[in-house]
Amino acid sequence: MFKILKYSFFDLMRSSWSYVYFGFYLLLGIVLLFLNNDLSKAVITLMNVIIVLVPLIGTIFGVMYYYNSKEFTELLLAQPLKRSSIFLGQYLGVAISLSMSLILGLGLPFIAYGLFKSNAIWDFSLLLIVGVFLTFIFSALAFNIALSNENKIKGFGYAILMWLFLAIIYDGLFLMSLILFEDYPLDKVSLIGTMLNPIDLSRTLILLKLDISALLGYTGAVFKQFFGTSFGLIVSFLALAVWVGLPVLRITYKSIKKDF
Amino acid sequence: MVEITNLYKKFGKNEVLNGIDLSIKEGGIFAVLGPNGSGKTTIIKTILGMVIPDKGSIKVFDSSIKNNSDYRHKIDYLPQIANFPSNLKVNELIRMIKDLRGATNEDQKLIETFKLQPFINKKLGTLSGGTKQKVNIVLTFMFNSPIIILDEPTTGLDPISLIRLKELIAAEKAKGKTILITSHIMSFVEEVANEIVFILEGKIYFKGSIEELKAKTKQQDFEHAIANILTENHV
Amino acid sequence: MNIQLGILLVLISSCFIQAQTTTVCKTGCNYSSIKIAIDSAKSGDHIFIKKGIYKESNIVIYKKSLHITGEKGTIIDTQNNGYGFSVEATDIIIKNLTIKNIEVSYIKEYAAILLFKSYDFEIENITVENAFFGFLIQKSKDGKIHNNTISGEGKAEADSGNAIHLWHCENVKITNNDVRRMRDGIYLEFGNNSYISNNYSTENMRYGLHFMFSNNNTYENNIFEANGAGVAVMFSKKIKMYNNVFKKNWGTASYGILLKEINDAELKHNTFEDNTVGINADGTNRIIYTENTFKNNGYAIKVHGACYDNIYSKNNFLYNSFDLSYSGNLNSNKFENNYWSNYTGYDLNKDGIGDIPYRPVKLFSYLVNRTPESIVLLRSLFIDLIDFSEKVSPVFTPENLIDNQPLMTQVTW
Repeated sequence: MFKILKYSFFDLMRSSWSYVYFGFYLLLGIVLLFLNNDLSKAVITLMNVIIVLVPLIGTIFGVMYYYNSKEFTELLLAQPLKRSSIFLGQYLGVAISLSMSLILGLGLPFIAYGLFKSNAIWDFSLLLIVGVFLTFIFSALAFNIALSNENKIKGFGYAILMWLFLAIIYDGLFLMSLILFEDYPLDKVSLIGTMLNPIDLSRTLILLKLDISALLGYTGAVFKQFFGTSFGLIVSFLALAVWVGLPVLRITYKSIKKDF
Repeated sequence: MVEITNLYKKFGKNEVLNGIDLSIKEGGIFAVLGPNGSGKTTIIKTILGMVIPDKGSIKVFDSSIKNNSDYRHKIDYLPQIANFPSNLKVNELIRMIKDLRGATNEDQKLIETFKLQPFINKKLGTLSGGTKQKVNIVLTFMFNSPIIILDEPTTGLDPISLIRLKELIAAEKAKGKTILITSHIMSFVEEVANEIVFILEGKIYFKGSIEELKAKTKQQDFEHAIANILTENHV
Repeated sequence: MNIQLGILLVLISSCFIQAQTTTVCKTGCNYSSIKIAIDSAKSGDHIFIKKGIYKESNIVIYKKSLHITGEKGTIIDTQNNGYGFSVEATDIIIKNLTIKNIEVSYIKEYAAILLFKSYDFEIENITVENAFFGFLIQKSKDGKIHNNTISGEGKAEADSGNAIHLWHCENVKITNNDVRRMRDGIYLEFGNNSYISNNYSTENMRYGLHFMFSNNNTYENNIFEANGAGVAVMFSKKIKMYNNVFKKNWGTASYGILLKEINDAELKHNTFEDNTVGINADGTNRIIYTENTFKNNGYAIKVHGACYDNIYSKNNFLYNSFDLSYSGNLNSNKFENNYWSNYTGYDLNKDGIGDIPYRPVKLFSYLVNRTPESIVLLRSLFIDLIDFSEKVSPVFTPENLIDNQPLMTQVTW
């Protein structure tokens, strides 16, 4: 698996897309910090970007890489290699190279700005960790979609739809159902609702850091326990790990069953 | 050497393999023939584990290939369409495959045989179909495995390279290897094959030597014998 | 006659000129008991208590002007029995003492020092440990309370008292005190014309500072941190609040400041940081909020009903989850010239004022008020979208609630 990972990783590192992605984050970091000169504001803007864009790019990249490396995959399939290691290797190659672009692209301008001397370092590290999680989750989801759809156009369509659903539509439905059932105790439901969407989950983690003052203003023992103690942080991270684990398991499972 | 029993495979509603029993003995060249869509490539891919059969079993060297990948060390495979990662260079690809399968020195000799030196630093995406096929051949023959599977090996080759390929196949056969070939070029098959397997609608229609086929169809030459099978079965 | 006159003169001069200093210690001083020393002292005497632990309580000073000073290390342990000092006197000074273990009672308000109808008093450098009430000052005026440290160990509001509690007092200066883990840090009930500054009030179960029916007071340069419900200013007039820091008041009913039924107050140069709600205003009139900074609060300001003629200008609203929550109509309240970090407008003519107005109330804050659980959707892209559409064409938020001249840079002072 590590050999495949290595080749996928270097393959991607050489593709211009990685540089575009890296360049985008570099530019974003520089613009936010040096034109704005406000670290706290930069971190908040970054949060909005990370939560929306990282999943989108992870999804598109995952699907694109899968379809583009079909030949490579077929070449590898005839070799004495386990199927799961071929696909996991490719997946990890994509996820790791994307994460690297993200971390370096955002990290460099922030380090240049003097992040290490600032209090914002924890907020910023959390952002990066969440970004990496989202990259791993969404490229895994993208691989799942691509594995299940031979048709490239269909695969892309479903992938974008999935992103759209998780990034926007889900929250709309979520909000509507909360308003619809507002007469019932909803704190548990609303927390479960966030757990079921990796984007919401990452948002919650960031809220715990940036908006804890607001979150603590709400009654309900469940909310209090979740937001007021490290319980929320731990549960959210565990849920994120599950969100990485399940799609990866399905990649393994699907790849064993699939014909080429 | 390769034992296929009761193999079934459906793609959607399309039944591709319909109870194939096939046993390939050690040594010699087997040609798998059949009209388009008869399941030739599918059989090869099931042997390679790229297609998972619905039913039936395949044994290579007396061990089942199910959930196994190590047996592929014993097989060299030449895929039908030479698709490679396009931003990889030829020598990088060769190095990578060596890295994945193990060291070999045969590649230098093969590169010379097929006059690939000028392309060695070119990206695979820029190569012509024929050149890609040559690279494909190099990758296949650079390992010394007891089984060689060639899916349409002649595609895109110029006459000189075709002669080199035939020499190569003959040399491998002389080493006592088992070679499995599919091809549409009947003259090529007639020239190299010891035994043929004819597949029709997912079933084995005929298995035996070319002479036996001619005798069965009462035709003088091989090409007509094949045509005869096809017309008689209204394909 | 002459002799009589002479005796009288001596008596008078001993009263007015020859103030005596009496010492108290275990052995070798005039007295070994503070109580006896005080009972024996004449008005105007100084009592110096040398270091040591004195297990005394309910020390009464009645209509006697005394200056009581302790040496470093002088500890009065009341052993959970009533008051420390109970004073009714004029010109009284108590300083440099540690008083500890005040009795907890559900009936009486036992304090380390109780002043009743006392004038010209000074309480300085007193450390109260394990207090029920710290200083309880009733019907007194013209006093100073400074450099004291008061802490309690109560677990609930019911079994703890206030650190500095003024009831019907006038003209008291409360400065440089450190009050913590009590019910209220500083409490003024019917306390007028008082001045409260440079105090640090923290971890109190209810309010860091609490005004009730108290007018014409000023408090400035205080820090109120992590108190149960922040600071409460209720039913009072003409309170000046300058340069205070309100931070980390977290909870469902926690505020930086709770303003209730307040008129003609002024808030200036205060900092509200990391509070669930920075300012909670309910029934406030003619209040000027200017040059305050609201940073990282859940809500910077929550305005409830019955607020008229309040002016919010030149404040910094930085990275609050919500800048403003507003109930009811705008009611002649004004928001102008504030800096809002969430402002996304531009300033083409470079006059430092944004060219498009800012709407501090978001639709989402309405939704959250209605369905609190929807707070988990804060900062979601979907919420941003509906907030944006509400901004473009307001339906739920008051249409005229706008800062027409938002600043482009933070206000400094």
